[in-house]
Amino acid sequence: MSYQNNFLKEVEERVEEGHMVKMCMQCGVCAGSCPFGPDWEHSPQKIFMMIRAGKREEVLGSDSMFMCTSCYNCIVRCPRELPITHIMHGLANYAHRIGMAPKGQPTRVFATMFWNNLTKKGRVNELTLTLGLYFKDGLVSGIKTAFGMQSIGLGMLLAKRLNPMEIFGGHGLKDLKGFHAIVAKAKEIEDRKKGFTA
Amino acid sequence: MTASIATSQAILVVGGGISGMTAALEAAECGKQVILAEKTPTLGGRTALLYRYFPKMCHPTCGLEINLRRLKGNRKVRTMTMTEVLAVSGRRGDYTVTLKVSPRYVTENCTGCGDCASAVSAEIDNPYEYGLAKTRAAYLPHAMAYPQRYVIDPSIVGTPEGEKAKAACKVGAVDLEMKEETVEIKVGAVIWATGWKPYDAAKIQPYGYDRYANVITSLEFERLADPHGPTGGKILRPSDGKPAKNIAFIQCAGSRDENHLRHCSRICCMASLKQTQYVRESCGDGGKSTVYYIDIRAIDRLEDFYAMVWNDPTVSFIKSKVAEITEDKDANPVLHGVDTEGYHRYATTHDLVVLAVGMEPEANGIRLPDDMLLDSSGFIEGCKGAIEDEGMFGAGAASSPLDVNRSVQSATAAALRAIKVIHKTARTEKV
Repeated sequence: MSYQNNFLKEVEERVEEGHMVKMCMQCGVCAGSCPFGPDWEHSPQKIFMMIRAGKREEVLGSDSMFMCTSCYNCIVRCPRELPITHIMHGLANYAHRIGMAPKGQPTRVFATMFWNNLTKKGRVNELTLTLGLYFKDGLVSGIKTAFGMQSIGLGMLLAKRLNPMEIFGGHGLKDLKGFHAIVAKAKEIEDRKKGFTA
Repeated sequence: MTASIATSQAILVVGGGISGMTAALEAAECGKQVILAEKTPTLGGRTALLYRYFPKMCHPTCGLEINLRRLKGNRKVRTMTMTEVLAVSGRRGDYTVTLKVSPRYVTENCTGCGDCASAVSAEIDNPYEYGLAKTRAAYLPHAMAYPQRYVIDPSIVGTPEGEKAKAACKVGAVDLEMKEETVEIKVGAVIWATGWKPYDAAKIQPYGYDRYANVITSLEFERLADPHGPTGGKILRPSDGKPAKNIAFIQCAGSRDENHLRHCSRICCMASLKQTQYVRESCGDGGKSTVYYIDIRAIDRLEDFYAMVWNDPTVSFIKSKVAEITEDKDANPVLHGVDTEGYHRYATTHDLVVLAVGMEPEANGIRLPDDMLLDSSGFIEGCKGAIEDEGMFGAGAASSPLDVNRSVQSATAAALRAIKVIHKTARTEKV
């Protein structure tokens, strides 16, 4: 048996602010301060302990990191000044990148949808994003949600806050090529930093 | 008035708590001239305000009495109360210290009869009860006060109340014309035994010390348990005066926290363990103490005391730093958090919450000479520069968060260092 905890090392090297995980002294203030606390399977304190215990599958498969609302209560109160919110987002991102994040986790689905929508034309197409979200669980539930929301949709239409023509692709940045180049370069840098190049 | 009352072969001890008294006595009993300067009207410091010591559970009056006895029998120590240090200049073996002596308005003729206190009706917050009680504006600090002389609060000087106190004194000891004095002295070494103060609990916002009546500090709890205290030794809730039976102790309230005090205050674990025994003393088997902790730091032989408390059925331990306190409609504090042994979420109601507040150097509020070397929390490490030039020393809780026992050890060590300075200076002066 090896005492070398490979998973802690992996987190320190590849997760944003992962090197701070070892600083946790398990006091529990983060877990007690979290407004979503009762709704998660794993509180930050528990996640940090699981990392140190080498529970790779459980940690990276947990949906807890995706539940964080970034209220920053934990960071403010942490007696060791751990950037807990950042670590939780870092873990979520890492689990997502290596394909271990829970499938169909709503926050993850929406975040992916948002990113793909945004990077297509450099602007968020609100109409396609909204419709995409309505229909993410299938046609029937999509139509139901759309009907439920129709008064808001019509109101926005009348107030000229929603252009139905956006459904055909919508407007984008002037220099779309340049924008795509920027995003590609940023991804390249991030991949290199986080060791995804290979 | 400026007067020289000492020579460069004297030692100045700043602070008359248990450390200052010890340092002064140890040096004086070795034949050195000592000036013991204390800011408040009495010696004894925070030690005099405790109910019991850990781990032997004896009363501080005992230890203080021995020291006061030594002090009374020693002619080498000159005690100056109501005296603060304004400035220090010079170097090892040759310091010039400016002292400010505030008026006490009562002369040495005072017999301690208490007639002035009976005559006066004005009241002030009792400075020896942490704001839990009032006292007359002419008062004796506490039963163990040294010197046993009354004090007239400046707020009634120049009022008819002050005149009442003066008229009541049979020996004419009340002198309302007393003025603040500045004294300059020459000393060879200085021992800073300026002690500690409790961390301001109101700064720990989620615990609501400033909002909830039934959230108190460990020092206030000492006063509640003390038979000489404001409740006559009964543990009563500040909100409604009902007896508190189910008491929570929150450890590391302000200590080990980057947002408050970075250091471990070292004594609070033992203080809370000790205080669980006050609950047992007051309520018997009907009392219930719950200690919320990160980890219990009962150092070396004090572990035995921890083991004894651990086996006490009225005491339970929850490994968790409380995240937040709220209050229910009956003013009961409700503690929220998640424990580390199983990650259970709790919301537990108690009668009274005692915050084991951390120790901050008292000197954080005063200006020490520029050549003092402080650590990141403000505790005195020594002097800047070369060790052979060191003529000023920290002692007791001014140098590190220490309990009474270790403060006395530290003070004795500081006295020895100061004596060394005096010896060296004396030798140079002879040559």
